[in-house]
Amino acid sequence: MRVARFTRTLLTTAILPLGAALLGACAKTGTPSATGGAVEILNVSYDPTRELYEAYDSLFAGHWKAKTGQTVTVHQSHGGSSKQARAVIDGLEADVATLGLAYDIDAIAAAGLTDTAWATKFPNHSTPYTSTIVFLVRAGNPKGIHDWPDLVRPGITVITPNPKTSGGARWAYLAAWGNALGRNRGDSAAARAFITQLYAHVPTLDPGARGATTTFVERGIGDVLLAWENEALLATHKLGPDKFAIVIPSTSIRAEPPVAVVDRIVDRRGTRAVAEEYLRYLYSPEAQEVAARNYYRPTDSAVAAQYAAQFPHVALFTIDSVFHGWHAAQTTHFADGGIFDQIYQPKAAPQPAVVAGTSP
Amino acid sequence: MSRRRVRPTDDPAVVRWVLTALALGVFGVLVGLPVAVVVAGALRHGVEAYLRAITDPLTVDALQLTLLVVAVAVPVNIVFGVAAAWALAKFDFPGRAALITLIDLPFAVSPVISGLVFVLLFGGRSLIGPWLIAHGWHIVFAPAGIILATVFVTFPFVARELLPALEAAGRTNEEAALVCGATGWQTFWRVTLPNARGALLAGVALATARAAGEFGAVSVVSGHIRGRTNTLPLHIEILYNEYDFSGALAVATLLVALALVTLAIRWAVDAHAARDAA
Amino acid sequence: MRRRRDALPGLSLTLSLTVGGLLLFIVVPLTTVVATSAHLTAGRFWAAVASPRAIASYRLSFGASLVAAAACAPLGLLFAWVLTRYRFPGRRLLDALIDLPFALPTAVSGIALTTVWAQTGWLGRPLARAGVPVAFTAAGVTLALIFIGLPFVVRAIMPVLDALGHEPEEAGAVLGASRWQTLARITLPTLLPAVLTGVALAFARALGEYGSVVFIAGNLPLRTEIAPLLIMTKLEEYDYAGATAVAVVLLAASFLLLLVLNRAQAWTAERTGMTASRIG
Repeated sequence: MRVARFTRTLLTTAILPLGAALLGACAKTGTPSATGGAVEILNVSYDPTRELYEAYDSLFAGHWKAKTGQTVTVHQSHGGSSKQARAVIDGLEADVATLGLAYDIDAIAAAGLTDTAWATKFPNHSTPYTSTIVFLVRAGNPKGIHDWPDLVRPGITVITPNPKTSGGARWAYLAAWGNALGRNRGDSAAARAFITQLYAHVPTLDPGARGATTTFVERGIGDVLLAWENEALLATHKLGPDKFAIVIPSTSIRAEPPVAVVDRIVDRRGTRAVAEEYLRYLYSPEAQEVAARNYYRPTDSAVAAQYAAQFPHVALFTIDSVFHGWHAAQTTHFADGGIFDQIYQPKAAPQPAVVAGTSP
Repeated sequence: MSRRRVRPTDDPAVVRWVLTALALGVFGVLVGLPVAVVVAGALRHGVEAYLRAITDPLTVDALQLTLLVVAVAVPVNIVFGVAAAWALAKFDFPGRAALITLIDLPFAVSPVISGLVFVLLFGGRSLIGPWLIAHGWHIVFAPAGIILATVFVTFPFVARELLPALEAAGRTNEEAALVCGATGWQTFWRVTLPNARGALLAGVALATARAAGEFGAVSVVSGHIRGRTNTLPLHIEILYNEYDFSGALAVATLLVALALVTLAIRWAVDAHAARDAA
Repeated sequence: MRRRRDALPGLSLTLSLTVGGLLLFIVVPLTTVVATSAHLTAGRFWAAVASPRAIASYRLSFGASLVAAAACAPLGLLFAWVLTRYRFPGRRLLDALIDLPFALPTAVSGIALTTVWAQTGWLGRPLARAGVPVAFTAAGVTLALIFIGLPFVVRAIMPVLDALGHEPEEAGAVLGASRWQTLARITLPTLLPAVLTGVALAFARALGEYGSVVFIAGNLPLRTEIAPLLIMTKLEEYDYAGATAVAVVLLAASFLLLLVLNRAQAWTAERTGMTASRIG
């Protein structure tokens, strides 16, 4: 009975590798990092920085080699900003975290993995490069979109990701809110009305920034994409400069993606020196050039002046000046039952002033 | 297998044609078109670009990890699936329906949760996680966690395919073998398994396909470290997010190819069995 | 039920392996979900799982999953029938490709489905012009779930149809039953347990599906937001307890539904005598 023999072989070969492979997979992967001439660190970052850090990592490797004679390998992990922060909290061994917004590094600090005063460790609130929120429109700007109020004109379709799941979308939401506040002399009711109108023009909320870009660029859906400036520049350069145009609104938000050393991890792995230098070197003129070439606004004024043509002047407000920091912004706008949830309340129901969802 | 001759129960030609055309049409729209999108997208920039995408070192790393995951998760499934199908098909006992339902449960669990459970179990904030991590045993954000999540997701496949086949076969064959003096193992190897071979292979094929293609659960426990903890589906997501659409779809065709390979193995075994039977 | 000594061996070995495996790989991990959600007070648990937004997402998820699973039943029968009973060129290829929705990573399926069905897509454009938008509506969600669920039903029916063979139908024909009577009285009842199994599995899978659906769903709160997305959303807010609370509700609901369907399946199997040889 050859069939029986075949089946038996199938089953026995099934059991053998089981134990071996499970053991192998669980093998001690905790790499003793700083041994002799080589060191490895892990940079846990958010989605749009892939190209930036790919370029920066090799720059830094040369710098570290020249400085210490040691070969450094930087491993990269990218994903949604909050998802990445959660992974670090749950045990992903990140030596440095370079995320999309301060709230996510605060969460890492709140879990006891890094100093709560992380923002004071490096210049500019530990923000080596900045960005802002701009509009990406179809080539020739056929719908004549020039500023925030144009977005809520009848017939305009706006693409933006879900602020609940995307850091970039939260910056976009706050940029819209801040602009509406400015136009209405700080009247938050008017700002809320504008935001409600704005999201009524959004047909789909992609979970992440790059998903939204794909919807707009690949699917050809929507008239305008609210995007990180670096994403808008990258998308136009990568996917066809003749197909899209960038519109700079009158005001926008200064998006500050911060960086931090994860103290608990670097102390255990003995990588503090290289991790700190990795972040400090981000502020050097060479690294700032890399940032600018990857469409991030440099904080170094000399490099910024050099790339002024790429980054038009926008009147930028900050999260601290308008929203009193990320914690307040998160609680008011994005937390469960916050204003973003409320603008999606059923039309018939009266808008509850307090936390939605607790009503019967 | 099937003999070509006219039977009273053969459908009239018209019915055959209509039903076949209907099946092909529905299939084309529902499954064929999306798959065509994948293949067309993969070849959008020519064969050379396609080959470059699938031989990229990071793609190869991801392929290796995926094969490792399949090599562990599928055998685990075979062992438990065969055991479960035997117990559930050949015997009746209180709680049988509940047990079947428990086996089905991983299908119903959202992939996000399938990954999250292992983070909650072995992660940095769990009961045993910190101890494990302090001693250098990495489970989540390492291949072990990816394997665990994959076993969880694919757990029902083999059992679910085998169960109806063993049920339909009943117990008479086995009882006859036992009466004739065969031992339990002999009966199982010589009588039960050969008859259920098709179902077993179908289950293995499905489990393999799913183990290789699982995205959601694996994404939660992977940590997404390039070249280390990225499986093929995660690598596809990365390429897609780098606006390398054709590269992403090129790598996706690798998974399609993997599914076709398992299928070819099934055919080969079927042919083999048919020759043996003849 | 009277227990008597069983001729067949192996119950204790296989049953302990099954229960052991289930405990190790399924039950223990899943208890962490319940344990985490138990951090919530009853009031906060209720607020998390019964907000209007959560209820709307359950309605969409359960509704679309039920419709999709139900639609998979006739489609699955069609494919299983054609693949088992007919011989035509490309049959084996079709047999092979039926499994593809399993093999493709869910995200790739989502992207491919959106490419076809989005308002700018191959089929989505003519449909949208005709006033039937598919992507970013409940219809799009259902379509993605049919795509995901179809192989379950086909694969559940095929082995049974294969094992059934032509003989029972021939017997029916010989005894003077019409073709329709044979199908309705003999074939379909025999297939019913398998169809139910397949539908149950397709439904279960549909309920939890995330990757392939988010691309085509639209994800607007209260309208096109599926329940698994709600879990993701809560996780993004670092609200593990709230996320697991929603997960517990989904789990409990699908466990109950699967239990009912498995009981129904066992009952129909019993009635049609498929398992008559079991201990009686």
